[in-house]
Amino acid sequence: MSVVQPMFETLTILIAEDSAADRMLLSSIVRRQGHEVLTASNGAQAVEAFRQQRPQLVLMDAMMPVMDGFEAARQIKALAGETLVPIIFLTSLSESEALARCLEAGGDDFLAKPYNQVILAAKIKAMDRLRRLQATVLEQRDQIARHHDYLLNEQRVAKAVFDKVAHSGCLNAPNIRYLQSPYALFNGDLLLAAFTPAGDMHVLLGDFTGHGLPAAVGAMPLAEVFYGMTAKGYGLAETLREMNAKLKRILPVDMFCCATLLNLSFQRGSVEVWNGGMPDGYLHSVASNERTPLKSRYLPLGVLSPHAFDDRTEVYPMAVGDRVFLLSDGVIDTCDANEHLFGVERLQQVFAANCDPQRLFEEIEQALRDFRGEARDDVSMVEVSLLQAAQLTLPAPVYSDSGQSCPLDWSVSFEFRAATLKRFNPLPYLLQLLLEVHGLRGQSGALYSVLAELYSNALEHGVLGLDSSLKRDACGFARYYQERNVRLEALQEGYVRVHLQVVPKEEGGRLTVRVEDSGKGFDVERVMARPVDGIRLSGRGVSLIRQLGRNANWSDDGRTACVEFFWDALA
Amino acid sequence: MSVVTEVSPDGQKLTISIKGRFDFAKHQAFRESYEHLHPKPDFFEVNLKDATYLDSSALGMLLLLRDHAGGENAEIRLTHANTDVRKILAISNFEQIFDVV
Repeated sequence: MSVVQPMFETLTILIAEDSAADRMLLSSIVRRQGHEVLTASNGAQAVEAFRQQRPQLVLMDAMMPVMDGFEAARQIKALAGETLVPIIFLTSLSESEALARCLEAGGDDFLAKPYNQVILAAKIKAMDRLRRLQATVLEQRDQIARHHDYLLNEQRVAKAVFDKVAHSGCLNAPNIRYLQSPYALFNGDLLLAAFTPAGDMHVLLGDFTGHGLPAAVGAMPLAEVFYGMTAKGYGLAETLREMNAKLKRILPVDMFCCATLLNLSFQRGSVEVWNGGMPDGYLHSVASNERTPLKSRYLPLGVLSPHAFDDRTEVYPMAVGDRVFLLSDGVIDTCDANEHLFGVERLQQVFAANCDPQRLFEEIEQALRDFRGEARDDVSMVEVSLLQAAQLTLPAPVYSDSGQSCPLDWSVSFEFRAATLKRFNPLPYLLQLLLEVHGLRGQSGALYSVLAELYSNALEHGVLGLDSSLKRDACGFARYYQERNVRLEALQEGYVRVHLQVVPKEEGGRLTVRVEDSGKGFDVERVMARPVDGIRLSGRGVSLIRQLGRNANWSDDGRTACVEFFWDALA
Repeated sequence: MSVVTEVSPDGQKLTISIKGRFDFAKHQAFRESYEHLHPKPDFFEVNLKDATYLDSSALGMLLLLRDHAGGENAEIRLTHANTDVRKILAISNFEQIFDVV
């Protein structure tokens, strides 16, 4: 279709006619009309001529010796394949049945003898139009097929690259089940999961606007921020702010990403949630068999400018065996034949009818099929359950340096004041600094957990003066975190100081972490008298610190916490 | 026409009415409805009375209009949305940046 076809094209026309006189007469008429002529005097010759010279149009006598026109037409049509080679039957037959036979045999039209030149010319022209239309359709079909193959190949390559990035996480952890179309990426759906240095798990289910490549391009930078910041120990709020700012910067105005981000803490038995624009997720408590909706409270990522972005999260307690279920809008937006939506109520009916949690996905899919009559390929679902912390094996972090320049005798002190405490999370920096010490790398998880606990104790109970006994039940748990946000927002003064000291000791070394805060302190003796590790929701931090670190002690009426880590000679 | 526009007599307010499914198929018509108006109206209303459904590309189109109308200072009212459309606006929390009435 690259050039405009001329209105008139010289055709090569095969004339098959057993009567020599008729053949000559017809040949001269057709030649005078400007076409090239091939001739045959029976059907077999016609087929052979077609095979060798591929004429574009055939004028075929019906009654011929050796092979009649009907059989010759069938064979020529078979040889022509998808290309339209119009066959006009020349016939003195007049009964309708015989004329119909001409068309059944593959003829496209017929012309009654004796020949009328004007009608013959008109019919050749009309058949030529049809022939060219068919050629155009075939060419365009092949072009579409080529483009389609090309597109599929591009998608395959893009997906292979993306999978390397996306699956660098821990989607295969034993507490995650998910269902996604293999090409979900090109529907804009994105599922990521990764462990934090402390052994918490971050999970993101996202849904970019639109379909195809545009929907997929934002996924790569989003995944990079997610994995990079999770691995460094950043919390949800910082990660969200960064993801939003990045998407806002790189995406066109009309593109954004709805997302739910989770932080499952196996040690604290809690889940932190931020939902911007995704359908309700559900926190399923096994004990009460209740499902708490995790509602969308914010605009999707990439809509608001960084200063207007809201990174407040909600925290819920979770017991071992409790599950969080997230889904994409493909589930509730599934339409039936009458454009009715599947909707949240039908989804909740499936929940209510579900007996075996292992079969929930299948039952939802079945319900969607029953509703719609066919399966959709843009439905994403993920379910994350809370396990005992010990049931999960964390991947060993990979370090790229040789260890020759490991610092072994130093100390450093930080003071983080109110304006910093509001927005900044110093833990990733502190951890990164400490992991320069090779001997500490083997216990990076414990180290991070202890740092995180010491810091949040100093901030929440010290500087903000929050009472951890609030967290005794699920309701108080939520209130505690609301109150934390309110007080942090209003914070004017106060500080958290962190002192780190590393000293070499024989073949190994010792790290001392001391954290001070500006708060009122607490009754150290009473808290220490509690047995290590209870199953209460409150006060877990202290027992965790005593289990993971050595010589943990509190002084200055609880305002200063001190804990040590030791390491031996490196192998 | 599935996208109908009406400018108030004083030229200050543009009302865009959407009929049927508000999705990518209306992209062109929706953009053209506001892009070439001079002077630019101060107030915008998207009338969703006859909009049966709204997908994420429609949300994107609303963001384009918001950007055109001045971004964070834009005054855009989304009016008469039916229950389904309201649900979609609520899930995406577009009420936080549009005046949904």
